[in-house]
Amino acid sequence: MILEVKNLCKSIDNKKILDNVTINIPEGKIVGLLGKNGAGKSTLIKLINDLLTVDSGEILFKGKSIGVYSKSHISYLPERTYLDRGMKIKDVFKYFEDFYQDFNLEKANKLLKDLDLDKDMIIKNMSKGMREKLQLVLVMSRDADLYILDEPLGGVDPATRDYILDTILSNFKEGASILISTHLISDIERILDEVVFIDKGKIILESNADSLREKEKCSIDDVFRRLFKC
Amino acid sequence: MEFKFDNEKPIFIQVKEKLRLYILSGYLKVGEKLPSVRELALISKVNPNTIQKALGELELEKLIYTERTNGKFVTTNKILIENIRQEFVKNIVDNYFNSMKEIGIDKKSSIKYLQERSNKNDIRS
Repeated sequence: MILEVKNLCKSIDNKKILDNVTINIPEGKIVGLLGKNGAGKSTLIKLINDLLTVDSGEILFKGKSIGVYSKSHISYLPERTYLDRGMKIKDVFKYFEDFYQDFNLEKANKLLKDLDLDKDMIIKNMSKGMREKLQLVLVMSRDADLYILDEPLGGVDPATRDYILDTILSNFKEGASILISTHLISDIERILDEVVFIDKGKIILESNADSLREKEKCSIDDVFRRLFKC
Repeated sequence: MEFKFDNEKPIFIQVKEKLRLYILSGYLKVGEKLPSVRELALISKVNPNTIQKALGELELEKLIYTERTNGKFVTTNKILIENIRQEFVKNIVDNYFNSMKEIGIDKKSSIKYLQERSNKNDIRS
């Protein structure tokens, strides 16, 4: 297992956000963390990235408690971009190079070229969509062991969705794992090996994606809609 | 190569079926080297593990084989390909006759309809 989350509990302002969550991410698998807004997806992801502290339970990355080691091998795409708006793209690249040993500048340059962006461009002069793509380029340019992508398709147009899926598939390091959280399942389900359904802070279903399709005779999106009918 | 998927069916089965059709139709030629797992994943926009699983099943059917360091190839066994093609032909024809039977048309008339339709230009050859 590349990542083990065991009996994780987390409350924020006395509200239980995660309730005894246990999930495992095997090596070389793409896992979808699927749940409605407010189900606890982002909180779980922040805990895995050591941005919040657990109340109880354990998170192990390659058998070790999370911390400096896990951070240097997990490439994380947050829900919102955190780039310094005054920086030029080339400054951001430099920053990533300094910060992450596994940052592959060659790959980043190539991806940037594909986007037709100039390295001297200042972040604040870029459109929101372009900033999001740049953020993805940065995250996928790391030769990480685990990529964690929080809602990578949130609020983007269909063409950008294709770009994002392509960029993920063509750039993740061979043998690495990916955890993708989303509530937009139909767009992403065909690239998933495994799915984890989360609702009200609890894991309610874990399955291989194709086995679930075979068993339920429908798409993952249909299963999700059936389970979470309002 | 082009892949279109239906999310309601296991994706690996759809990849397997599509590749099998490419082999039967000769689009992938006897003995031809297949694109790598990663390339196929990119072409079809699915997970490399899914491609791996589909290729694994085609390998069990002996339609493809692995050369240790070189990658995967279409079988050179033309008889095997022909046998599988015949199996497909049988199923398609049986389905045709069964469907015709369901609307009350006997075999003889069914054959006549086939001939008639094939003479019309509106069927793509």
